[in-house]
Amino acid sequence: MSDAVHSVRTVPDRLDKPLRAAFVSWEALLVAVAVAIFVANSLASPYFLNAWSLSDLTFNFTEKALIALAMALLIISGEIDLSVAAVVALASTLMGMAVQAGADTPALVLIGLCVGLACGAFNGLMVTGLGLPSIVVTIGTMSLFRGISYIILGDQAYKGYPASFAFFGQGYVWWVLSFELVLFVLASAIYWFLLHRTSFGRLVFAIGNNPLAAQFSGVRVGRMKFVLFCLTGLMAGIASVLITSRLGSTRPSIAQGYELEVITMVVLGGVSILGGSGSITGVVLAAFIMGLVTFGLGLLNVPGIVMSIFVGLLLILVIALPILWNRIRGRP
Amino acid sequence: LSGLARHREAWLLAATALLVGLIALRFPAFARPGNLAAVFNDTAILIILALGQMAVILTRSIDLSMASNLAFSGMVAALFNASWPEIPVPFVILLAMAVGTALGAFNGTLVWKLGMPSIVVTLGTLTIFRGATFVIAGGTWVNADAMSPGFIALQRGSLLGLPTLSWFAIVAIGSFYLVMTRTPLGRSIHAIGVNPTAAVYAGIDVGRTKFVAFAISGMIAGLAGYLWVSRYVIAATEVANGYELNIIAACVIGGVSIAGGIGSVMGTVLGALFLGIISTALPVIDVSPFWQMAISGSAILLAVVLNARGERGKGRLILRKAVAR
Repeated sequence: MSDAVHSVRTVPDRLDKPLRAAFVSWEALLVAVAVAIFVANSLASPYFLNAWSLSDLTFNFTEKALIALAMALLIISGEIDLSVAAVVALASTLMGMAVQAGADTPALVLIGLCVGLACGAFNGLMVTGLGLPSIVVTIGTMSLFRGISYIILGDQAYKGYPASFAFFGQGYVWWVLSFELVLFVLASAIYWFLLHRTSFGRLVFAIGNNPLAAQFSGVRVGRMKFVLFCLTGLMAGIASVLITSRLGSTRPSIAQGYELEVITMVVLGGVSILGGSGSITGVVLAAFIMGLVTFGLGLLNVPGIVMSIFVGLLLILVIALPILWNRIRGRP
Repeated sequence: LSGLARHREAWLLAATALLVGLIALRFPAFARPGNLAAVFNDTAILIILALGQMAVILTRSIDLSMASNLAFSGMVAALFNASWPEIPVPFVILLAMAVGTALGAFNGTLVWKLGMPSIVVTLGTLTIFRGATFVIAGGTWVNADAMSPGFIALQRGSLLGLPTLSWFAIVAIGSFYLVMTRTPLGRSIHAIGVNPTAAVYAGIDVGRTKFVAFAISGMIAGLAGYLWVSRYVIAATEVANGYELNIIAACVIGGVSIAGGIGSVMGTVLGALFLGIISTALPVIDVSPFWQMAISGSAILLAVVLNARGERGKGRLILRKAVAR
């Protein structure tokens, strides 16, 4: 991430103008991919095109996508958080502990959110307070947070969550619209507004494009990044409430490997891993694409591990093809 | 510069000795030479892998796909051995290394020719390689019955009182030391990490050097694939799942800077040994093995805080510090 060459003087939302000319926009490309996968799924399986199937599909990605929204802002600002899945595990473990102590549903949700926020704040303090690279700090906290879950739980599991707690991960707001989906749509709208329509969002882009210039322009870069780490932690806390509620139990291995899927969503959504460009629309579309791919292949009885090949290929192709395309058209 | 680096390694060595001393207070037999040799043998694979990762991190890149590469190469070696048990084991090892090198070169090509960020490339190949392991194995695994006796016995044999596995690690340490300190390639790898722009002016092909670093880490992952499969006598899709983070942790504890350019072979070896000592010592001193993850996490955080302090004194980092904030 440190080898970005900042030759751009303005602060554009997107840096890849030649690509835009070629594909109209990244979002249009993603929509085309999503439609193609949707049609392919409908043709491949008779069970796909059904309101309840499509509703089930959303459970595949909403939890990860909620984290991806905040992660997008963090990556645009030039940082990264690999500890999100471990935060989910720690928050879930502490909620489980609270259940054993007799906590009710509102208290559980509060604990989940607070643990997430506290973990995010810890990451943020390490990165902005001590000036450490976020990738190393969050590799460390990733082991630390999940390690604490292992110390508390060992090979045990927490069960016995109250019945009313199940609503968050299993409940439906109206007909096929699950609580998770509604929450994700709301959160997407909020993050879209925050990134693309507020001065806060402009500062995120400014920091990602050139932190030094942003600093000299009077932007409190450290404080901004701290807030972004807190937001990411908070979203991981929310995801933890949803996952714990959906599964109804907590093991220390909960949400293992989610961090890589979240980052894949963000990068697939057109956010530059080097920071400085990206859009919430892209991330939301990428989340749907990953949900469609895994659900569609699942209906065809393709094992999950083989699906991951497709997701990995998608990630590399989506980045590599535009570069190759520009090269073929003679643009460096 | 080298004085400071040596200083850091001395500190790390002291910390490792202190750790062994503390464990010995509780369980004196732990510090016996025979047991320390056993700890070294247990850590041999991690040491070998960490050296490959170090070469990549020095060039300001990262290889998240090493553990998946290990699983794939190990599976190829095991399947090959199961089908043609009469072919000598050294050839199987070369095959595993060749497969690993090919996968590493794939990563390297995407980084070199397309200029893709290494974290994105290897995040993708991390899942692709492991998925491919599942596919070539047809969803099953290769266990001890299918492997030839020589395949299992080679790294368990002993030479001059040390297990062959330890010798693999010693040879790897020696070759990496020579390459990193005594060859133009080693200097180039360091140079492009310290300052890529200056390296270009010095006539170093940055992309090609990164490619070579990825090919090396792939080759190392291939070798470790054979060692892992023959040591634990199982080749399966889940082999070394998530191990890429242990490898990176060993490098970070060993003082390799994730920003590139800073890091040494001895530091990396000590970083891996530090983790190895913790994981072997916990059961000995009656601490639940479930503590291991949190301890290594804390060790990473502590190491990165201390290393950042060590790097802070140098003038060339003043500007980057300002950027980081």
